[in-house]
Amino acid sequence: RQRTRPQLLRAENTMLNTSTKTPTGGFSFENTRRNAVLEANLSEKGYSAPNARKTGTTIAGLIFKDGVILGADTRATDDMVVADKNCMKIHYIAPKIYCCGAGVAADAEVTTQMMSSNVELHSLSTGRPPLVAMVTRQLKQMLFRYQGHIGSSLIVGGVDVNGPQLYSVYPHGSYDKLPFLTMGSGAASAVSVFEDRYKPNMELEEAKQLVRDAITAGIFCDLGSGSNVDLCVITEKTVDYLRGYDQPVQKGLREGTYRYKPGTTAVLTKTVTPLTLDVVDESVQVMDTE
Amino acid sequence: MNTRGLRSQLKDSVPVTGLCPQAGPYGVQDSLRRGFSSVKNELLPSHPLELSEKNFQLNQDKMNFNTLRNIQGLHAPLKLQMEYRAARQIQRLPFLPSSNLALDTLRGSDDTIGFEDILNDPVQSEMMGDPHIMTEYKLGVL
Repeated sequence: RQRTRPQLLRAENTMLNTSTKTPTGGFSFENTRRNAVLEANLSEKGYSAPNARKTGTTIAGLIFKDGVILGADTRATDDMVVADKNCMKIHYIAPKIYCCGAGVAADAEVTTQMMSSNVELHSLSTGRPPLVAMVTRQLKQMLFRYQGHIGSSLIVGGVDVNGPQLYSVYPHGSYDKLPFLTMGSGAASAVSVFEDRYKPNMELEEAKQLVRDAITAGIFCDLGSGSNVDLCVITEKTVDYLRGYDQPVQKGLREGTYRYKPGTTAVLTKTVTPLTLDVVDESVQVMDTE
Repeated sequence: MNTRGLRSQLKDSVPVTGLCPQAGPYGVQDSLRRGFSSVKNELLPSHPLELSEKNFQLNQDKMNFNTLRNIQGLHAPLKLQMEYRAARQIQRLPFLPSSNLALDTLRGSDDTIGFEDILNDPVQSEMMGDPHIMTEYKLGVL
């Protein structure tokens, strides 16, 4: 009897969920094999599986005399189609720290939101305002943990007790600390403008103009970037989020109309066929209009 | 049954399944629940991150304990592991999800947010284990 009872109960196990492991959170890899098989099947027939939406971006950052300026374009692409004409790529992390995100749009968004929460918790527990280096360190440790499968490249810039700082973090977890940085598909175009005209300790207006020019170069020379330029100026005293600072690409106005004048097409013959309909059923439903 | 010291007799690990990892209740391969089996499926992980994510917490702990041992001597990780073991036993009934607050506080993960808090939160899972079976398994009666 002792031998049959566990077998009976194990049969019951299959009806209900009786895995005796404690469930943990985090990523679940249950469907990866199924997805691989599906993709193989689709590619045999010539279709391709849907891709994650990338931002197709130009983002840039610059250290000037009093602080940091971050700039970004506002187009999000889905392969070759523009998915969002006016998305926000400059994300809030802390009161004086902002982050531009490029790469896969969802990854950049979720990563920056998690960083923002972590930074808030950390600064509550230390009792001090957060450091940009701390944000960079947490970001790079997390991105390295996932070995580049989280496809978000980020430019973190802000002002803390050590002065204005600018870091870029790549999807596999490496980072750079430089006075000017660009990332995204339009990075090459933007960095060429920076390399040409950057000087240390620039004034505010000159620096804003330079970042605007760099992002505009990315907008015009890269298919994945477009629409407007967003700027974020962070100094020790203030933060200016200038959304839609410049709109280099305006939609063109139509010069003429393409409508035909009534009477353009001559009517040759006209036949009228009345359709006779019999009333089959009539019902009245009273509406409550009072 | 001896009810004294019951908690120390509770099982907290899943037994090894044996030669057929895809075994169902009758010892043969369970296609309905675990899919088709192939040698490749069993030997190789389905995603490059699967193994490293499954063991991430363990590896972090090992690394931290090793560093602590090198800095402060053997007593420090021993004491901490004793505390971890005690904190891990503070659970609810076997089929209910536990917040593991004491364990989180010891690890220092009570003031961080990671993907394990956002995705697949066990508190919000749609399936629950069968209470009777899980309790019997834990008590060793099954």
